[in-house]
Amino acid sequence: MTFYRADLHIHTALSPCAGEEMTPPRIVAAAIMAGLQLIAVTDHNSAGNIAAVQEAARGTGLIVLAGLEVQTREDVHLVCLFNSAAEALEWQSIVYQRLPAEENREEYFGCQLLLDAAGREIGREKRLLLTSVDMGLEEVVREVSGRGGVCIPAHVDRPSYGLLGHLGLIPEGLPFAAMELGLLYPDEALKQFPTLAGWPLTVASDAHYLKDIGRRVTIFDFVEEINLKSLHQSLRRQQFKVVVGQRDNFR
Amino acid sequence: MRLREIVERLHLQVLAGEKALDREVIGGYCSDLISDFMANGTPGCLWLTLQTHMNVVAVALLTGAAGVVFTGGRGIPPEVCRKAEAEGLPLLQTPHSTFEMAGRLYQLLNEK
Repeated sequence: MTFYRADLHIHTALSPCAGEEMTPPRIVAAAIMAGLQLIAVTDHNSAGNIAAVQEAARGTGLIVLAGLEVQTREDVHLVCLFNSAAEALEWQSIVYQRLPAEENREEYFGCQLLLDAAGREIGREKRLLLTSVDMGLEEVVREVSGRGGVCIPAHVDRPSYGLLGHLGLIPEGLPFAAMELGLLYPDEALKQFPTLAGWPLTVASDAHYLKDIGRRVTIFDFVEEINLKSLHQSLRRQQFKVVVGQRDNFR
Repeated sequence: MRLREIVERLHLQVLAGEKALDREVIGGYCSDLISDFMANGTPGCLWLTLQTHMNVVAVALLTGAAGVVFTGGRGIPPEVCRKAEAEGLPLLQTPHSTFEMAGRLYQLLNEK
């Protein structure tokens, strides 16, 4: 049995709100420095830099999962994880069809850098990523699950862009894998939001800058090799532990 | 003022809860955050929102709102209307913005 320290919500420089320092090699180095074995790249509504981070991690032992942080019609942020970068890109093509046609204004939102594995700029995403897709939460969850993906609502305890802040309740009957906390410890979150009872509560850094990577860690206890299925199973069986705080506290 | 009169005078389209239009409206509240309405909505108020999620129905019932006005003419999922119909909650729709609707409603409710 192996334990994996995981941070399943990390942005790259493709997210306009993230620092330009968030390049594939630097993310990989920071993740390893933070003692992580498993990360997920989850840019806003885009999968454009996943493959580059995976390539940058090759040979280091760090496992990089493919994800997107989709913003639904309700302005709820949803971490969507896929089995491969290719599957994430397929989902991205659907997301792009449902994003408004507006272009990013770098002076307002920041730039959206597409990078290679060495961290060199290979292009800039022109469309505005920092906005909602024209798809409701339930449609996104069903679509992603139907494609073999896994959905975890992001920072549900935050007033902005979180499931509980925007929808008040957790919609019934949707196959969320877990609820990600962005601010609180699980016991605090349960006190403040009793509706979270019974859900696996994970944490992630939602890193937009290198210093944030690994700030909040979920330690998974996988029974098999790392893939979405075993991750999902580990969540369902509550075979994981949450560590919040500075790195030094849990080294 | 009765909801029926508001519906007629503001030209609202009734999507659900036709039978409950005789209820009294005592105020209004504008919010697109369901949690905000949950905390601040009051019994008998009319909720103006862009949100069309199913939880709008649950939270409107929870707070005892007189009804919900969907502003901006967005598409309303049919299951939301079905649920509201089953629960006897009036759902109303207008192509006008929340700002405009709130202004007109405020004027109406404060008529001498």
